[in-house]
Amino acid sequence: MSDFLFFLEVLIGGLLAGSLYALVALGFVLIYKASFVFNFAQSSFVFFAALSLCGFMELGLPMWAAVPVAISLMVVVGMATERLVLRPLVGQSEETLLMATIGLAFVVEGLAQAVWGVEVRTLDLGVGHHPIEWVMDRWGMLINKFDLVAAIVAWILVAVLALVFSRTKVGRGLRAVADDNSAALSIGIPLSHIWMLVWATAGVVALVAGMLWGARNGVQFALVDLALKALPVLIIGGFTSVPGVVVAGLLVGAFESVTEFYIGPLVGGGIDAWTPYALAVVFLMFRAEGLFGEKIIRRV
Amino acid sequence: MLFREAGQFHTSYAQDSRLLPLRRDRIRMAILLVAGFLVVPFIANDYWLDAILIPWLTLSLVAQGQNILMGYAGQLSLGSAGFMAAGAFACYNIILRIDGIGFIAAVLLSGVCAALIGIVFGLPSLRVRGLYLMVATLASQFFIVWALNKIEWFTNYDPAGVITAQHIFVLGHEFDTSVEKYLVVLGIVSVLTLLAANMAHGSPGRAWMAVRDMDVAAEVNGLSLLRTKLQAFAISSFYCGVGGALYTYAYLETVEPSAFTIHMSFLILFMALIGGLGTIKGPFFGAAFILFIPIVLNVISNEVFGNAVNLSLLSALEQLIFGVMIIVILIFEPLGLARIWQLFKQRLRLWPFRH
Repeated sequence: MSDFLFFLEVLIGGLLAGSLYALVALGFVLIYKASFVFNFAQSSFVFFAALSLCGFMELGLPMWAAVPVAISLMVVVGMATERLVLRPLVGQSEETLLMATIGLAFVVEGLAQAVWGVEVRTLDLGVGHHPIEWVMDRWGMLINKFDLVAAIVAWILVAVLALVFSRTKVGRGLRAVADDNSAALSIGIPLSHIWMLVWATAGVVALVAGMLWGARNGVQFALVDLALKALPVLIIGGFTSVPGVVVAGLLVGAFESVTEFYIGPLVGGGIDAWTPYALAVVFLMFRAEGLFGEKIIRRV
Repeated sequence: MLFREAGQFHTSYAQDSRLLPLRRDRIRMAILLVAGFLVVPFIANDYWLDAILIPWLTLSLVAQGQNILMGYAGQLSLGSAGFMAAGAFACYNIILRIDGIGFIAAVLLSGVCAALIGIVFGLPSLRVRGLYLMVATLASQFFIVWALNKIEWFTNYDPAGVITAQHIFVLGHEFDTSVEKYLVVLGIVSVLTLLAANMAHGSPGRAWMAVRDMDVAAEVNGLSLLRTKLQAFAISSFYCGVGGALYTYAYLETVEPSAFTIHMSFLILFMALIGGLGTIKGPFFGAAFILFIPIVLNVISNEVFGNAVNLSLLSALEQLIFGVMIIVILIFEPLGLARIWQLFKQRLRLWPFRH
């Protein structure tokens, strides 16, 4: 196989993984857009959702019944979070809110493990984890079929959400809330409903991300580290931009896998732990508000 | 009316701006120091010293570093465990490679090493703030731990990856019992805390707070942002580095990067925040809270459930309760335990009246 095809294989693998990063990051963006909270517990939601889905299926529910049950559970969890944790903290500093969501992450992780146990589970979505054959036959590249399907699901979800936000009344309300909470409230936009809705949506996004990541890597505690993968994506894309996270997710995924394959062996490997962050820092130096983030203007 | 603060008049600027302007506070501090240095070593057993007091003091120091950066200078950072690791490994290499260097000198030098690294990783703070800065400092966390794992010079080509820490020598005397280690730690922590209090009360502290409250305004008023922010990063990482070195040498007794994960950074952040940002005593309260809650929960759950439920369920429940307590504290007193302490004192001042 030629060097170029190998490079392409690495690149495509990275882009597909990047789509999944974007999916996780999307949950963060939703919340941040509406309430300026960096919800660190988002990845715990992902873990909780995937674990609950597996748990319901172990209780005997078939997949088609377990998914709606898990969706309603995540909606309830999202709304409860908004009501019990974030509402009492309205107006506190960014650090306090961040800390509260880290505390929330402890709660959700503890809850998930207390209810469903700590065993690693496998989740089968009916899509095989094997290279797509005709690509392998024609060009000799190994492109994982599951990764491709997962990436397509992620893109569809992102596209739907982006459309909802830009075209519907709810989306306009959300953007008004994101712009200025009190101004939106004063012209009659139901702030609390919008917040509830956003948290519920974030819960559902977490479930989709949990299903895809859980089927890919197993439903296990390590899923909570996804937040750390999503952070550089958010920085590069900007915390408030849905299209931004998609582009940034692809960028981070590609950069991570290409550097790991080509530079990693020279320095002992394992550099994908920090290369996304290095990329994010470089971005910060030149464009502090991210690719599509709103320009930060500061006044005295 | 348990005590009164009336009748103490300051007749000079020196009196007015001293660290503890009230006589009662000075007496209390003296009692605290005497108790710490002279009473505790005689009454505390090895379990209390090794498992509770030493980690508490060292982590308080690290939390103090976090507090200087976050509470005084207003720079949100999540890399403290990385700087702890840098301090610990610097200490290991300094003792290993410089013959006959004393422990105190080695610890201070490792703090300096951590400070230099802190300056480098503090550079993004000149461009970004808030969450963005937090992510930039996370880069330091991951990079430092990765470098310590991969570059074998730092571990002196040790194949196991877990190095036993050298013994603690001060002025040729070996400090190997728990009491002696405790005294070394307490000595360093006391001096550095005094130093931190002085800095916070003096011109560096005022500069930090000006930057924290509104950096653009501070710059307009003639403060150099470059100097102030990097100074805060350097001093903060110095405290983290010294704390990390003490934590490894007096508590863990093994030098390994895996002790300084992102989880540790979170705990340090919790300590600073729950203790009360922008206060000198806050980190001590916060470290005590964060360290003792798991211990207390563990004891309680063992008493209540015994062996009736399995361990993993128990630890999940402990984690859940820990998270709930953090959220509850943040909701009811976002200014932290130091604020609760202040309100309590206020209450005592008027006791038995409410107003």
